[in-house]
Amino acid sequence: MTTATAQATAGQLGGVRYGSISRGRRRALFWSYFFLILFVIFFLTPPVYMFITSLKSSAEISAATNPWWVYHPTLANYIDLLTQNQFLIFFRNSAIVSICVVSITMVVSIFAAFALARMRFWGSATLATGVFLTYLIPESLLFIPLFKTFAYIHDKTGIELINHWWVLIILYPTLTVPFATWLMIGYFSSIPKELDEAALIDGAGYIQMLMRIFIPVAIPGIIAAMIFTFTVSWANFLYPLAFTTSADQLVLPVGIVTTLIRGDVYAWGQIMTGALLGAAPPLIIYAFLMDYYISGLTAGATKG
Amino acid sequence: MAQVALRKIVKTFDRTPAVQGIDLDISDREFIVLVGPSGCGKSTTLRMIAGLEEATSGEIYIGDQLVNDVPPKDRDIAMVFQNYALYPHMTVFENMSFGLRLKKFPKPEIRERVQAAARILDITDLLDRRPKQLSGGQRQRVAMGRAIVRNPKVFLFDEPLSNLDAKLRVQMRTEIKKIHQTVTTTTVYVTHDQVEAMTLADRVVIMNGGRIDQIGTPHEVYHSPQTQFVAGFIGSPTMNFLPCRLVQNGSGLTVRLSDWLSFPVPSSREARYRPRVGHELIFGLRPEHFREGRGEVPPGSAAFEARLDVVEPMGMETMVYFVVDGVEVCGRVDPVAAGNVGEPMRLIADLNQMHLIDPRTELVI
Repeated sequence: MTTATAQATAGQLGGVRYGSISRGRRRALFWSYFFLILFVIFFLTPPVYMFITSLKSSAEISAATNPWWVYHPTLANYIDLLTQNQFLIFFRNSAIVSICVVSITMVVSIFAAFALARMRFWGSATLATGVFLTYLIPESLLFIPLFKTFAYIHDKTGIELINHWWVLIILYPTLTVPFATWLMIGYFSSIPKELDEAALIDGAGYIQMLMRIFIPVAIPGIIAAMIFTFTVSWANFLYPLAFTTSADQLVLPVGIVTTLIRGDVYAWGQIMTGALLGAAPPLIIYAFLMDYYISGLTAGATKG
Repeated sequence: MAQVALRKIVKTFDRTPAVQGIDLDISDREFIVLVGPSGCGKSTTLRMIAGLEEATSGEIYIGDQLVNDVPPKDRDIAMVFQNYALYPHMTVFENMSFGLRLKKFPKPEIRERVQAAARILDITDLLDRRPKQLSGGQRQRVAMGRAIVRNPKVFLFDEPLSNLDAKLRVQMRTEIKKIHQTVTTTTVYVTHDQVEAMTLADRVVIMNGGRIDQIGTPHEVYHSPQTQFVAGFIGSPTMNFLPCRLVQNGSGLTVRLSDWLSFPVPSSREARYRPRVGHELIFGLRPEHFREGRGEVPPGSAAFEARLDVVEPMGMETMVYFVVDGVEVCGRVDPVAAGNVGEPMRLIADLNQMHLIDPRTELVI
């Protein structure tokens, strides 16, 4: 009965198959857009709310007006933060830490990944798995042993590692190197074996093969690893909270929280402004690197 | 320019033997083709010459030098891969000059050599392009160009035409032959395509199960195969194999294929086959030696009638199939003379071209 009706309708439209395909496509598109819009709302609401709040004065924030509208927009929060020496120190600390961590991580993980992906040696497969397993240990489990280690180093050598922003340059790679290495192993493995064999025959050594073939070909993968590393070191909260305390040794995420919340007084306007300004650099970097990331550089290496 | 020699080469992968003791002498400027079914060890052999695989045992010589422990870059060889293996981030010029740049050749010489190779391969206007902007055939040329500019002692080709479509493959085959006539470098070429092997090679090396079955000129391996494998591998359609019995017939010999079909052995072969009288053997004859039976039967041939099972017109010839005791036999006849399916057709077998194979040793008698 139902089928008969369906056939009749389709028959009236003419071309059963053709109509159903385009209808199916339309339905798929509808649902794609439906969920995309849902996700956009879900993910953009917090930053939009932050932006709106950052433009309000403290008086307007505490007044019970519409939280989604600014009646008296002001840039006071921005001016306050950017003229405050403290905030700029946080920013500087974060920037230096992140740049150093990205550099260290890339050097270590590119070499490690190349060795693990291409130079078959005894235990290389186990080691590759081990690298990834390290990444799975949560940082919240690691900071106490790390603290103990630092205390031990202080006892033995007199070098104080606690409460210095630069110690984060040593700490973050413990999180970033394993993941970046694992990511790069995957990327390097996808490069056809013939490419290094051709390079070997052309007279390249391992270092030349890495520098002149692997790194240029794996640029998209390297950029993905860089983005990840930068995000981790820019946004990590737990380690700086545990290892740094003095105001001039703080990085952005912890700095905003500890200096803008005084007792039970929340400087909401400034917190939102600080968070927004803190989120800007990764956003700008992603926007610039995305194009590079998407362009498929490996196309045409072999028959494809 | 150099000769290549392999002495008792063995290669084992995790206890699985890939190459089981190969001896091969390749003379200077020779074009050698290693051919065989997949898994016969031909690619492994080539990779051992290149130095990409280490021989488990045995010795490899390039020129007069023992190269077992010499890394690929110092063996002075160039290799062309099946999937071209061009560096995707470099232009054609950079791809071709990569080896020379690594060896710190002076810039003018690099340019000169690349230009010269590009002229030979007809790719001078592609030098600024990247691999992904090239077609399959052009990539193949660039890969060859990369080998030519190095001016190596030996060229190694690993199934270089397998990724091309049929038409381009034929064209590039001719091209490779032409290039070898210009750049007369010793060449080892691996393929599974027997047509490539026959058309390109000075000598064909037929490998099977990690061993060499036969080494010979294309003519030799075609007309005098030494094993059943070689007889069946070379030639298309493949040689017909029929179980038979060799019997004495008066003063001569006869091959009995079935109750209704027997062929007299040509007198020139009698001495060779006489010790096998009474044995069960395998009779081998290529399709083109079953011709249409018009006119007189030439000496050393035999005429017979067979009921056609399948007829396949190919244009310039027609394949006719008939059944002898359950075995399909193919004949290659003039399209005009071909009969119809289900009808008997008169055929002539050219027995001067016959082979008898010992089924136990699989060797041609």
